[in-house]
Amino acid sequence: MSQTTAAIRAQALESLLTERGLLDADLIDDVIVRYNERVGPMNGAKLVAHAWSDVAFKKRLLTDATAVVNEFEFSGGQVDKLVVVENTPDTHNVVVCTLCSCYPWAVLGLPPKWYKDPAYRSRVVREPRSVLAEFGTFISTEKKIRVWDSSAEIRYMVLPEMPAAWQGRDVDSLAASVSRDSMIGVTVLDAN
Amino acid sequence: MTDVPQPSLEKVLSEHLQPPMANGEVLFEAPWHGRVFGMAVALHEAGVFNWDEFQLQLIDVIKLWDRTASDADEYQYYEHFQTALQQLMVDKGLLSREDLALRQTHLANLPHGHDH
Repeated sequence: MSQTTAAIRAQALESLLTERGLLDADLIDDVIVRYNERVGPMNGAKLVAHAWSDVAFKKRLLTDATAVVNEFEFSGGQVDKLVVVENTPDTHNVVVCTLCSCYPWAVLGLPPKWYKDPAYRSRVVREPRSVLAEFGTFISTEKKIRVWDSSAEIRYMVLPEMPAAWQGRDVDSLAASVSRDSMIGVTVLDAN
Repeated sequence: MTDVPQPSLEKVLSEHLQPPMANGEVLFEAPWHGRVFGMAVALHEAGVFNWDEFQLQLIDVIKLWDRTASDADEYQYYEHFQTALQQLMVDKGLLSREDLALRQTHLANLPHGHDH
């Protein structure tokens, strides 16, 4: 389907929905603005920064992330059940949705394009090390890689390892340094 | 039409967090991607369907594509997204395939510039 055809198809759907009173065009605008401006990986980054700074918080995040996220009341939706998996010196975690595009919107925003593409969805399970290498992430063969397959029921987020050089920084400054890709697990953070 | 719960936006916004690096990506590559996404979320928030219902529909659509697409076909996520949304609306008896097809043909045949 060409982009023009696809755009007209979308327009046809929208015009029918609004005409029949099923939807107000303003509501569509509202959703777009909300996701563009307020829902994004800065929410997840905040959780990560808190976890690094507060052992008790980290423990709660790893045992019941859903409850912790609900306390923060991010405006994203799509986190009925969130599980946070921790990267350690022994294990690196990476997240995928092999079936479609399940992703924890409230903490990471909408998924990047590559996350939804068939190549990533099928390959990261079979050959995680090579896929990560394509992201420029080289995981030592001594380290185990675990791949987590998200579903409509459970969504995953990675708690990356904090670079040692960041020790002593405050929560806001840490949060500003946490990348989205590190919370999907396709990159690791480095101090530079 | 709907009461969207946004309890603590102020709280989130007041945290003065800088967006993290690698966050400079464009959310929707084409305007229609955003419209389609917005329609699905707004309909869900208006209580027209549960998100799980939509998700299952989307999984089916993508599964079919994965099985039948040739290497030459380009994967267009938001096309699948819209297909799933339309199927759900048709299943619920809120729209018909015929109406959708007619409207699409009608819009496609409009002279350029008449749709704004």
